[in-house]
Amino acid sequence: MSTETASETVDVKGQNCPMPVIKTKGAFDDVPAGETLEVVATDSGSLSDIKGWAESTADAELLDQQETTEGGEDVYKHYIKKVE
Amino acid sequence: MSTDATAGSDADPSTDDLAELQAQVEALETELADLRSDVENGPKKMVIIATKGTLDMAYPPLILASTAAAFGYDVTVFHTFWGLEILHEDNSKNLQLSSVGNPNMPVPNAIAALPGMDRVTTRMMRNKIADNEVASVEELIDVSLESGVDLQACQMTIDLLGYDEADFYDGVTTGVGAASAFQEMVEADIQLLV
Repeated sequence: MSTETASETVDVKGQNCPMPVIKTKGAFDDVPAGETLEVVATDSGSLSDIKGWAESTADAELLDQQETTEGGEDVYKHYIKKVE
Repeated sequence: MSTDATAGSDADPSTDDLAELQAQVEALETELADLRSDVENGPKKMVIIATKGTLDMAYPPLILASTAAAFGYDVTVFHTFWGLEILHEDNSKNLQLSSVGNPNMPVPNAIAALPGMDRVTTRMMRNKIADNEVASVEELIDVSLESGVDLQACQMTIDLLGYDEADFYDGVTTGVGAASAFQEMVEADIQLLV
């Protein structure tokens, strides 16, 4: 459900700490209020990093975090909504 | 409590006194609300003093600075002494690492001290950084500057080490000293010496 509502995606696959959070912040700045950003990462630390970032960011609401496997690689997807 | 102690001809406050008190209370409430708003909503601030210029010690200040900026912090990193190497455009691409004095390294000190060993250790570390897809120092400087981090180069150590202001990355602040760094530390929520 949240996957379908994401209006924008930022791909940070292959990037390690601190890049996923920094790229997320940069992309989130451009997301219109009410829309959702999808972040696709391969860094397992992104689960706690992006959760922590969203908790500390006033207009960010973490809707969902998913762990999947794509082509034998662990992929972590994060859905962050910009609240109005 | 009994009011007997204050009983007297002035025991009953006049309307003027009451109005004045009320005005004072309102002024204090406004001031408190402003202060609370500043504390809760104003940007928080972090200052890092970066004093080390080895490959491993270049990372912590840059990673913390860029991360704090993503959290909405105003960030200043004041680079002094060997910390200047991180901001030096040429030297930052060639930061070195030594096994000497680091008992966690797999090489005994007596061997680590041999000529050329620092180069070997540095190459090993650079390979690990690349293999683990960790950003380069240059990339972290770029994202820090893009995120609005104020990377400062201490003027006294620029002169001491014989560097020129043009040696540093574009966007690096020069012409700053201990007093301006201290002033920023006073105002900051987080102060770190690395």
